[in-house]
Amino acid sequence: MSTSARRRILPGFGLSLGMTWAWLGLLVIVPLSGLVFQSLNLSWERFWETVASPRAFAAYRLSFGASLAAALINAVFGLLVAWVLVRYRFPGRAWVDALVDLPFALPTAVAGLTLTTLYASHGVYGRYLEALGLKVAFTPLGVAIALTFIGLPFVVRTVQPVLEDLDPEVEEAATTLGATPWQTFSRVVFPHVLPALLSGFTLAFARALGEYGSIVFISGNMPMRTEIVPLLIVTRLEQYDYAGATALALVMLVTSFTLLLTVNLLQRWSQRRLESRPG
Amino acid sequence: MHPRHVLPLLLLLSLGGCSKAGGDGSNGETVTLLNVSYDPTRELYEDFNAAFAKHWEASQGRKLTVQQSHGGSGKQARAVIDGLEADVVTLALAYDVDMLHDKANLLPTDWQTRLPNNSAPYTSTIVFVVRKGNPKNIRDWDDLTRDGVSVITPNPKTSGGARWNYLAAWGYALRKPGGTEDSARAFVSRLFKNVPVLDSGARGSTTTFAERGLGDVLIAWENEALLLTHEVGKERFDIVAPSVSILAEPPVALVDRNADKRGTRAVAEAYLRYLYSDEGQEIAARHHYRPRSQTVAAKHAQDFPAVTLFTIDEAFGGWRKAQKAHFDDGGEFDRFSVAQAR
Amino acid sequence: MHVATFTPRHATRSLASPALLKWGLIATALGFLGVFLFVPLIAVFSYAFQKGADAWFAAIRTPESLAAIRLTLTAALISVPINLVFGLAASWLIARFQFPGRALLLTLIDLPFSISPVIAGLLFVLLFGRHGGLGPWLIEHGHPVLFAVPGIVLATLFVTFPFVAREVLPVLQAQGCDEEEAALTLGASGWRTFLQVTVPKVKWGVLYGVILCNARAMGEFGAVSVVSGHVRGVTTTLPLHAEILYNEYDFVGAFAVASLLTLLALATLVIKKYVEWRADAP
Repeated sequence: MSTSARRRILPGFGLSLGMTWAWLGLLVIVPLSGLVFQSLNLSWERFWETVASPRAFAAYRLSFGASLAAALINAVFGLLVAWVLVRYRFPGRAWVDALVDLPFALPTAVAGLTLTTLYASHGVYGRYLEALGLKVAFTPLGVAIALTFIGLPFVVRTVQPVLEDLDPEVEEAATTLGATPWQTFSRVVFPHVLPALLSGFTLAFARALGEYGSIVFISGNMPMRTEIVPLLIVTRLEQYDYAGATALALVMLVTSFTLLLTVNLLQRWSQRRLESRPG
Repeated sequence: MHPRHVLPLLLLLSLGGCSKAGGDGSNGETVTLLNVSYDPTRELYEDFNAAFAKHWEASQGRKLTVQQSHGGSGKQARAVIDGLEADVVTLALAYDVDMLHDKANLLPTDWQTRLPNNSAPYTSTIVFVVRKGNPKNIRDWDDLTRDGVSVITPNPKTSGGARWNYLAAWGYALRKPGGTEDSARAFVSRLFKNVPVLDSGARGSTTTFAERGLGDVLIAWENEALLLTHEVGKERFDIVAPSVSILAEPPVALVDRNADKRGTRAVAEAYLRYLYSDEGQEIAARHHYRPRSQTVAAKHAQDFPAVTLFTIDEAFGGWRKAQKAHFDDGGEFDRFSVAQAR
Repeated sequence: MHVATFTPRHATRSLASPALLKWGLIATALGFLGVFLFVPLIAVFSYAFQKGADAWFAAIRTPESLAAIRLTLTAALISVPINLVFGLAASWLIARFQFPGRALLLTLIDLPFSISPVIAGLLFVLLFGRHGGLGPWLIEHGHPVLFAVPGIVLATLFVTFPFVAREVLPVLQAQGCDEEEAALTLGASGWRTFLQVTVPKVKWGVLYGVILCNARAMGEFGAVSVVSGHVRGVTTTLPLHAEILYNEYDFVGAFAVASLLTLLALATLVIKKYVEWRADAP
């Protein structure tokens, strides 16, 4: 594989760097700086009081915990779904493929309402789950389930193109050489899709952290128990406390920025390892 | 052309396209008014706008279009503060209109005295909706604090309507013989112990109660309760009026700065005044709001049971005080709900 | 003219997986999708058609719904191409070059995802609102951004910002750049190499990126809701319209509008199928 010195042979570095920064600057960095300025209006004590209250901590715990759970579920099943869609032919495959994106198209409020209807005690699922002693609607579990729905397309859609481009002959070769399906998967397929999988996981997780519209319906919004961070932000806005809202937003932003950066560095590391392997 | 120039050009073109699309299509002949309102008033203003447009055209010979915007009361007020050019606002609580003055100086501080009746041309109150036949025998506020009664009300932190519910309960407890701030706090805190879900908006709560079958009693505005029992869920629910409740006064106001800028002050003022006319009052009554006019009220007397009503000024010294003491961060509601969750 | 070579898609029995494994995996995948995706979708459509197709069409044909459809399509038509062009540039940059700040750049691109839609809307309010940095000047000069179409487009651009870059990037990374280098060595211009070698190679990534971007652009609720102002028939997009209908107890109408959105999102998939068909054609 190529070294970074050879890569510079490729043209377009300046153009793409300029375009990317301009695009980022206009759409992301300028608006975000407004957020930072707004939260500077707060004194340090007020800032701390806002972001470190027990109630805020309960909300962080729920938001990060449920998002992580949802992203993990999506990573496992998303990879499976992508694999099945790319490598197997079965009746109705095209339909299934077509429907994977729909959680995006459905307005989040509608998604929230629909899921709440399904999981509430009279709902299609709720009825049976409740008989098993499992309450979903208006509990943290319901939040995680809604977030799984919201983030479902990410992993499938990031892994899918990579799998489409992965030549099945490589797997066939491995099999011919006597590898078991599991060995072929773990040694050949998995390392290849790992960057995409991580990418999808990150996206699903990040998206789940910020989700508001669908969650307020299924969570029940009970203080300390089922309040998500975006709800606390809305609560602040409802008191015309823009500075307090931006303070909470800033905490979420810095945390998810750190998480995303870690994953991206991790991914670069795994890619280097992959590239440095012989063969 | 060098490809290097193509992309910026494309971007420019598309941005040009979008700013053009932003222009409004108003022509010289028709006057447009923008009424920024809260959620449940849609049907009311649909009828009223048509009636007023007819009245305006007949008296002034000019065509009028009234545009409507509906949403949560606080959110709507914020939009106006941030630049939505409403000529008039018709919101759920006076505090939100106060903020138009405090945060953006869009109208004078004495806005509420410019129109009769505290600038609230129609009123409502807080009542209970129970399942048909009232199986839990809910009669008054005290029944909502009984063990085993599940109460549905939206989150007072996010819903303006819910704040009226909360204050109605608090005011009731204060007015009970021997009622004090402490006994009221204990009463409301016990009531909220019976609340399993806090929806973010009033209509969310209604759905939770009516469609999901959660709860034994829904605390709601009377106009919402009547809409629910008369139109949405006929034969499934009963309304119970408590002995004492709060007089909910959803205020209307001219947004001076916007109206002056757009040159719509005269028609906007006439629009709001028309709400107090017989026709305006009749439309309000038809949409289950209590009219201010005695004659119109007499005509609809059977729709609105007699309830002893107290005002927010009497019980709490006005919205600003109530908001600060009860709903702002660290206020009464936060304190007991956090304590309960522990 | 150079003819791009597409590798035909393999529908092979790779992995030589035993039939049992294959059908086991298919069953698990479908089971998961069924529980988490299909049943909720069926619920949406069954609400939408609760009162029959006539009621569905009646809900879609109101002037307000039609205006909302127009606005939603406008926002998507503007934001998807812009994000496509810049997303391609960004993924090319990140996949092909090593430079200081690369991981930072990638993280900044991801950031709009993790920002709550509520905050995304607030960002633009803080910038373009009456008390914002640019707002007073723009409002003064008669170019309000908030509570008008430009604000809605900006919010849509923001929330769909990372999709194309994020979808194309793994594909570019997985493929390496030997072919580009070969083309350049043979004397093709950089631009030509990009258009004729790279773009065909990453077409699946691009397609999925566009599909996701488009679906999300049309379905975005939270951020758009903050900057829209909800003026009926003027600044309400389809998702906002669905919410308004729901708040008016018009459940059939609300779900009809929601189901229309899912159908619009399917339109991009038809395009994808068409591209696949063209690619497979000899």
